[in-house]
Amino acid sequence: MIWNREAECMTAGEMEELQLKRLQEVVKRAYENVPYYRKAFDDAGVRPEDIETLQDIEKLPFTSKTDLRDAYPFGMFAVPDDDIVEIHTTSGTTGKPTVSGYTQNDIELWGEVVARALVMAGGDKKDKIQNCYGYGLFTGGMGVHYGGQKIGATVIPVSAGNTMRQIEIMQDFDSTILTCTPSYAMYLAEVLENQGVGHDKISLKAGVFGAEMWTEEMRAEIEKRLNIDALNIYGLTEIIGPGVAQECMVKDGLHIFDDHFYPEIIDTQTLKALPAGEKGELVLTTLTREGMPVIRFRTRDITALRYGQCECGRTNVKMDRITGRSDDMLKIRGVIVFPSQIERALLKIEGLEPQYQIIVSRPQQLDELEVQVEASPALFSDEVKYVEEVKKNIEQHIHNEIGIRVNVTLVEPQSLPRSEGKAVRVIDKRELSK
Amino acid sequence: MMKLKQTSVFLENRKGRLWKAISTLREADINIRALSIADTSEFGILRMIVPDPDKAKEVLEENTFVVKTNEVIGVEIPDQPGGLDGILEILTKADINVEYLYAFVEKKADQAIVVLRTENIDAGIKALKEGGANLLSPEELYRL
Repeated sequence: MIWNREAECMTAGEMEELQLKRLQEVVKRAYENVPYYRKAFDDAGVRPEDIETLQDIEKLPFTSKTDLRDAYPFGMFAVPDDDIVEIHTTSGTTGKPTVSGYTQNDIELWGEVVARALVMAGGDKKDKIQNCYGYGLFTGGMGVHYGGQKIGATVIPVSAGNTMRQIEIMQDFDSTILTCTPSYAMYLAEVLENQGVGHDKISLKAGVFGAEMWTEEMRAEIEKRLNIDALNIYGLTEIIGPGVAQECMVKDGLHIFDDHFYPEIIDTQTLKALPAGEKGELVLTTLTREGMPVIRFRTRDITALRYGQCECGRTNVKMDRITGRSDDMLKIRGVIVFPSQIERALLKIEGLEPQYQIIVSRPQQLDELEVQVEASPALFSDEVKYVEEVKKNIEQHIHNEIGIRVNVTLVEPQSLPRSEGKAVRVIDKRELSK
Repeated sequence: MMKLKQTSVFLENRKGRLWKAISTLREADINIRALSIADTSEFGILRMIVPDPDKAKEVLEENTFVVKTNEVIGVEIPDQPGGLDGILEILTKADINVEYLYAFVEKKADQAIVVLRTENIDAGIKALKEGGANLLSPEELYRL
């Protein structure tokens, strides 16, 4: 099923025409109503009328997370405060939060794109969506809520946390679609197994998982353990929240709703646009947002774009699963390592719970990487040499994936912190401020 | 059936973990007949002979410990110089490798009990029997 055939299946020519018209409008709106953009465009020597083709977007300056943060709280709004009907923010873990303001039309837009995403995951009015994304300033809860209502499904706004109640509701209400972070889905699967709740006792058919990075191996694991189709959703508070892009049942990349969000891929060093298919940083421009238009936002997410018609029939450009974030990127002895690579290595090992924590330290001059993994019956024996071989085997798998040696420590089951939101996978003990 | 069941528990190298494992058994009223700990710089393996290995596994797992039950050999030897030597001689002559062993002394008898794990359990039992060693059945061991 396709929610909005007109928007999701148009030809490349139609799409480009629509995008250019909308780009010209949003650039003009930003220039005229947001002092930050007027100054940034003036400084770059570019005026709204210079945007004559889609490629002209490259004349516009980038907007960074810091720029948005400096405008805290409402400096980026392009409409009078009276016209803002809802506000969301980022968590602010790395500093002041970024605020996003929505007009009534923005809320409609949000519902529309999430509706497309949920339908892509097989959702319709008969479904019951157990929405375990947090409700509140975080965009996850409300975004899925609006989209779920738009398609006429039953939204169960259970929000994040309280796992025992989640499991009870899942069984009693016959939830069919689960929306949460992939690490929480993994945790729910683990608790369901521990409680002896088999696949026959739950009605889930699909999961729409996002808000953190995950791997193909983790998808396979979740699909097997929950007996569902596990699909990837992508979004950012700065742009709108969840619903920027969504994976279809082909499970090979996420369709960006590019009639509303215009994507570019840039080289993080040269900041120049990269051709389709090449991996780089995703840059997004909101084409239709009213409350807070964002021009050329540097997402820090690493991906590649692929154009053309998908097997599912849609023509919206596809982005690959995010393989890294320039902020999550660890540099260990000069080598770039993403936590997702370590996760991929761990998931290749039979019988290993994909719960882990990465600890980076610098005891003397050299960086050391410790990966803590929970012991399980499959990894344990009465013989020391067996357990040490298991440990070496895990170290070898990780070494193969990231190219540097790590020290694996086995810890007792359920001793690593479980997340009900975004998992904290990395603890960096190095003091790198100097 | 001359094989004994041994209960092994994974211990993280962290304060209080051994105590937690032992307390768990005490709460379940399980008496430990013999015990040894293999330790490395990063983890430990607690190995025990208990009268009810299934129950021990159950209560330990309820308390999130990783537990393995495996088979070992119990041999009774005289509690005097040379007692263990005789057993090891039999196994060495039969070219059987001992992975590990631990021993305990019985109060009431003048006997010591050796718990041992050979690479191949059946080959170990066969060699010991043929060498005239006094193998203990689980019933005999728990009765002591």
